[in-house]
Amino acid sequence: MKKKSIIPGFGLSFGITITILSVIVILPMCSLVVFASKLSFSEFLYTISRPRIMSGYFVSISTAFFASLINAVMGLVLAWVLVRYEFPGKRFLDGIIELPFALPTAVAGISLTHMTTTNGCVGKIFYDLFGIRIAYTRLGITIALIFIGIPFVVRSIQPVLEKIDLQYEEAAYILGADRKTTFRKVIFPEILPALISGFTLAFARCIGEYGSVVFIAGNTPYETEIVPLLIMAELQEFDYSAATSIALVMLFIAFVILSVNAIIQSRVSRRVSGIS
Amino acid sequence: MEIRKDSGIMKWILIGISFLFLGVFLLLPLFYIIATAFRDGIGGYLVAVTDEYAIKAALLTLKATLISVLINTFFGLAAAWCLTKFAFKGKKILSTFIDLPVTVSPIIAGLIYVLTFGRQGILYKYLDPYGIQIIFAVPGIVLATIFVTFPFISRELIPVLTAQGTDEEEAAALMGAKTFTIFRKVTLPHIKWALLYGVVLCTARAMGEFGAVSVLSGHLRGKTNTLPLYIELLYQGYDFTGAFAASSILVIMAIIILILRLLLQNKGKREV
Repeated sequence: MKKKSIIPGFGLSFGITITILSVIVILPMCSLVVFASKLSFSEFLYTISRPRIMSGYFVSISTAFFASLINAVMGLVLAWVLVRYEFPGKRFLDGIIELPFALPTAVAGISLTHMTTTNGCVGKIFYDLFGIRIAYTRLGITIALIFIGIPFVVRSIQPVLEKIDLQYEEAAYILGADRKTTFRKVIFPEILPALISGFTLAFARCIGEYGSVVFIAGNTPYETEIVPLLIMAELQEFDYSAATSIALVMLFIAFVILSVNAIIQSRVSRRVSGIS
Repeated sequence: MEIRKDSGIMKWILIGISFLFLGVFLLLPLFYIIATAFRDGIGGYLVAVTDEYAIKAALLTLKATLISVLINTFFGLAAAWCLTKFAFKGKKILSTFIDLPVTVSPIIAGLIYVLTFGRQGILYKYLDPYGIQIIFAVPGIVLATIFVTFPFISRELIPVLTAQGTDEEEAAALMGAKTFTIFRKVTLPHIKWALLYGVVLCTARAMGEFGAVSVLSGHLRGKTNTLPLYIELLYQGYDFTGAFAASSILVIMAIIILILRLLLQNKGKREV
């Protein structure tokens, strides 16, 4: 393959790309690395193993996991409905799925919170009838994260579902499989990689989410304190070492989640394409 | 086509679940904002949205959004052109770095800028003598907004340019066209809808950014408070009508963005 391209403008576009990328992304990331390298290891371990921080990780990961799980199931249903069925209001349904991307997180946060406090229109019903509090509990955090994560799974599955050739289903049908078996054995394996990909993207996003959660969480230590909020608290006390330590663990968790997804996706594509 | 149809009951149950789910989780909060904003009538609403600080916050948000969309458009075009029209080593790493900002929590985005430009940061000693303040000031807000929306435009352009290939640009170059002529006459017509779509997405996210901006803003009313931060301030001060009235501005922007998105997608599809 030839290296030299006839199209002009490589130097110019490469230069612009590298310059802006360096200022906006690489330089700040480097200063994080430089700052982290100055931390003493024992101090780092002490910071991240404080009970309050540990419980923060637990709250963040567990609520993000459940919210993403619910979104995975509902995302599958939504994608299925949008691809396979014709019904009035379909375009409207398709359009509003993107709302969590377009609506500022803080706006979503205050709305969900104000609605679900024990005085709010929804929260009052749940509290009076079932004795369930929504705002200022982990349930509230989960609801805010469901709101944030809705588009991820739908938008991952939708294009894959659209591309599935009807022949496979016809073949399964002719061979005597009923709809349930066809779905389980033919369609589901095809969309599983997209489902996992959507789930992990939503999961990674939810762990780092701040704006929509901070209002509804109530921020009670050991109960509803999420990791981004703990970092924010350290920053407000100008304790940059502690903030960096907590952030490093969080970056590591995000890295692991995204790597697991990358490994699964490459396995699947290898299986499908037959190239090892 | 027959087997594609489910039995009628199953179909309508699933459609019903979908409407219910999106209705409760997406539409209810949206209507709630509008309803609460007008709780004290039109008069109360108008007083809240024409508040001096609300207008200042909206102007700052507008400014930060405008600057970040401009810079990201410029960057997105250069990066997409560079990544799709040429073969070079390190392409994969470059595109990973471009996508990095969306996987980072907004709070961490704020943190890395504090570590870079703050008192302990590596650049502080070079910038301070000139009186340049980045964090807890407007430049920090702008930088944070650029960071969180960084890959939005290039990510929309790259798939379109990859699909288009390099044949047309090569032909134009062989016939002696200059760089900008090729870009304007050959490449731009292919990507104009994707570019507009990217700009819309970038605007949406830039307007609403909260976490990263919250770290880097000095929270000075009228000076470094963006609209989302101003809403937080009102909400925590129990001024719910004010908070929801200010939110309604952003809700209207979000609805406009969703409509634009649908229009642009249809337009793009029709041309392909």
